[in-house]
Amino acid sequence: MAAAAEQASSHTLHEKSWHEVVLQTLKRNDIRLVPYVPDRVLTTLIRSIHADPFFTCFPTAREEEAVGIISGAWMGGMKGAVLMQTSGFATLANVLASLAIPYQIPLIMFVSERGTLGEFNYGQSLVCRTMRPVLDSLAMEHHTCTRLDEFEFIVDRSIKQAITTQAPVALILSPLLTGGKVFDK
Amino acid sequence: MSTAANTPARNTKVMNRFDLTSRLVAKLKNEEAVIGGIGNTNFDLWAAGHRPQNFYMLGSMGLAFPIALGVALAQPKRRVFALEGDGSLLMQMGCLSTIATLRPDNLTMIVMDNGVYQITGAQPTPAAAASDLVAVAIGCGLSNSAWAADEEDFERLIDLSLSASEPTLIGVRIDDKPGVGVTRRDPVQIRERFMLGMDVREAM
Repeated sequence: MAAAAEQASSHTLHEKSWHEVVLQTLKRNDIRLVPYVPDRVLTTLIRSIHADPFFTCFPTAREEEAVGIISGAWMGGMKGAVLMQTSGFATLANVLASLAIPYQIPLIMFVSERGTLGEFNYGQSLVCRTMRPVLDSLAMEHHTCTRLDEFEFIVDRSIKQAITTQAPVALILSPLLTGGKVFDK
Repeated sequence: MSTAANTPARNTKVMNRFDLTSRLVAKLKNEEAVIGGIGNTNFDLWAAGHRPQNFYMLGSMGLAFPIALGVALAQPKRRVFALEGDGSLLMQMGCLSTIATLRPDNLTMIVMDNGVYQITGAQPTPAAAASDLVAVAIGCGLSNSAWAADEEDFERLIDLSLSASEPTLIGVRIDDKPGVGVTRRDPVQIRERFMLGMDVREAM
């Protein structure tokens, strides 16, 4: 009883951050390959994935290149996920429509959401508006993650659903979850 | 004369895609994976004789090398070949740097260079009259890259790649002939059969 209480209290003291949730949930689901095009919000996550020998993690020149790599790896028996930001997602309509969806690849994407809730770059706010219409026009599963308390559930269930249904999923990381990127000068 | 033939950097024979693809496929004895880029590149791979270890792209132009890289990372003990057209490679040249950095020694990339977008009406690529794609690959850090002088040299470079300690890129100048077959456009079957060929699935 006392031990349980102590455990509960230490759990409260060290609540997992959103990026710890991502790393641990990827690991639990045996997602080992993580190509990415970086984003400021993803910096800590990328650093911690690089530091963990469980993962093969590297930057690619373009997001669709990362999607190609993940697709090949899946067909070779290795699971992966791609990290990117909103403007990177905007480059993916062709590869989603011609590779990931028709070939039934469980492409797992984490998209750091720029363009809303304090955006300072007009181009980012415009390109952000194309993201959900593209996802919806392809009838793709996607979730906007805003709350830490439900984040692990969304990530874990979405990964499992992508793999079992052989369908891509986009997990959009809202500034409400991550803090986002703000104009600092 | 094709535009590619005018590029001064190359002094190599103009070969044929289907012939070279058939020569490659004839060499495969160990269930090697072969990724065929869009259009004529995978049409000729199909025509050279279907194998469960072949993957045919029906879109996503430029991703033959990235897809092959993914297979090579997932299965480091299996040899992976990727066949890509020059126009396709121009769409995704950044992947050469990614591959040069990761250095998978089980990956052999073949660039079929005719200097034109044959399938859309043989319009010259922006690179045709000016760029040397093997030199680009070397510049990206793929030091084990070479133009094949003729068919015999192509086969020699393929053989060498099997024991190379780094990824190999082979450039071949080809004519402007279309592919000799047409791949059956059934993406789910292509993917499932490829996964069976990669030993990651049991047949239903």
